Amino acid sequence: MSPLLITAFTTVSAAGRGNAALFEALVQGRSGLAPCRFEPRLQTYTGEVGGLEAYPVTGALAAYDCRNNRLARLGLEQDGFMSRVEQARARYGAGRIAVVLGTSTAGIQETEMAYRRRDPATGALPADYRYETTHNFFALAGYVRGALGLEGPAEVVSTACSSSAKVFASAWRMMHLGLCDAAVVGGVDSLCLNTLYGFSSLELVSPEPCRPGAPDRTGISIGEAAGFALLERPERAEDHTGVALLGYGESSDAYHMATPHPEGTGAILSMQRALDCAGIAPEQVDYINLHGTATQTNDAMEDKATVTVFGSGTPCSSTKGWTGHTLGAAGITEAVISALCIQKGFMPRTLNTGEVDPAFGSRVLLEAREAPVACVLSNSFGFGGSNCSLVLGRA
Amino acid sequence: MEPVFVQGIGVFAPGLLGWEQARAVLRGEAAYAPGECPKLAPRLLPPAVRRRCGEYIRLAVEVAGEAVGHAGADASALASVFATAESDGKIVHTICEAVAQAEPMVSPTLFHNSVANAPAGYWCVAVNSRQPSTTVAGYDASVAAGLLESAAQLLTDTETLLLVANDVPFPEPLHSVRPMGTSFGVAMVLSRRRDGRSLAGLRLETGTGEETAMDEPLESLRRGNPSARVLPLLSLLAREQQGAVRLPYLDGGTLTAMVEPCP
Repeated sequence: MSPLLITAFTTVSAAGRGNAALFEALVQGRSGLAPCRFEPRLQTYTGEVGGLEAYPVTGALAAYDCRNNRLARLGLEQDGFMSRVEQARARYGAGRIAVVLGTSTAGIQETEMAYRRRDPATGALPADYRYETTHNFFALAGYVRGALGLEGPAEVVSTACSSSAKVFASAWRMMHLGLCDAAVVGGVDSLCLNTLYGFSSLELVSPEPCRPGAPDRTGISIGEAAGFALLERPERAEDHTGVALLGYGESSDAYHMATPHPEGTGAILSMQRALDCAGIAPEQVDYINLHGTATQTNDAMEDKATVTVFGSGTPCSSTKGWTGHTLGAAGITEAVISALCIQKGFMPRTLNTGEVDPAFGSRVLLEAREAPVACVLSNSFGFGGSNCSLVLGRA
Repeated sequence: MEPVFVQGIGVFAPGLLGWEQARAVLRGEAAYAPGECPKLAPRLLPPAVRRRCGEYIRLAVEVAGEAVGHAGADASALASVFATAESDGKIVHTICEAVAQAEPMVSPTLFHNSVANAPAGYWCVAVNSRQPSTTVAGYDASVAAGLLESAAQLLTDTETLLLVANDVPFPEPLHSVRPMGTSFGVAMVLSRRRDGRSLAGLRLETGTGEETAMDEPLESLRRGNPSARVLPLLSLLAREQQGAVRLPYLDGGTLTAMVEPCP
């Protein structure tokens, strides 16, 4: 495929507000995970973004106010992202910039809170509850389009934990087809009781900070995050971040709703398709950012798949120990981390993990490395057997 | 935009129980008589799986199976695009009610079925498809977003794909804030190339103008479910008529779908 330039990117997670804070946390090995404050009844650690309670969406977009859109707002306000989009809007026009965002639960937390305030007699929801602009999936895109003043094509991708990786693929296709000249991609997922209790019911949530790839790993730590990237064609971009989207690969497991294929057949396909799409050989990838959720099944499956595609030599790590598993925002969060790796010549270790499962064959980093990084592959896998791999490279 | 070709259609809604019945109604050859829908039991889902799946998943698999059969396509070879405005409102309600209790208890099966891409997951397992599958949402523009995503995939990455759009009503109290009259599911097998099985060419264009309405009583059906916004397009396809319809898109704009029947 013809590469697209990433001309701006940003993210907010428990590991930091904005790219500089995130990178500093990566270098210093400072985790954003902490005992769950959001729902203290659960014995787990979460990657909570502090301060959202006091950060409402106000003004013309006040109807969109909810935890998910507060997090989106906080994300948009980092790293000069809004002014970069404004410059792009001036050049291309508001109708020529697409918005393609991923989320798994959008603002469902607003509904959870409203369900606690139902009329005891009628069961009705409180009068101040708004559905369309908070809980509905498209509320996220509606808010971001409003905040950025964009009027181009838009959609929300909701494929569980691969959502905000797949947005890169959809945006590339829209641009290739001429539906738009640039695209804002990204994703936002925020803490809510649905996912905290849901993943707990599946016994996938760790009582401690997650330890991806460890032999005695105990499951995921749930996190929340917002992340955004601006994609432009090389011939139209005025400057860039030094990072380009080189390829994407998507596949389905065809195996089970909530358990990945044990041999990683779907993951192998998504990685191979991403390499083919980028037109590169496996040995050209310098670093792999793993999905690495720290569940027994995901990490074992991903290790097998990675060894199948890359052999045992390519450095790889999971960064979930910093951010937690940010679900529908994991794809963009890790795409941003991958972009920072390329910019800075840095490969993060696997935080919280002291030793690697002896059954693993891939080269899981337990220490950070400083070395030139020209090309990164980032994996995101979700319920429903939804897989997506991205290849980012030096522009 | 280059055209894509409609190879097969599936539909399921009250009074439109399959494409044959829908086609007759939309051609004006049969009266529209909505009644109670039979409980869906798509044969592609094994009985044990079916029991774990609610209407949102069953409806998607039902119409997908019909469209693939109609197209004579190999289901395992098709990429897929699922479009929904709301995903499974019944599960949303059940889980939100559960987590509002003093001792929250969420069913694990219900939780993993709560993801918007649950129909895609079950479909890919049922037909053993490892092809790419995405699930998109766009509120009342969900059908239009699904059509655009499908066309974009067909004109770049894939030769043939399955598009499914479906929505099911919320129970109360969410029904009051997002009312839906009835369930509606539609599916189409779409192809980049025209062949002997092609029913019509379909060209898409975003623009402005009034969205195309149906005559009553089908207009109430169209307005009563986000996925039913596809009805004017189905109507052209049923009547094998050349023409253009406008489906609701974003900011009050529309997606124009231009249909050219394949003789």
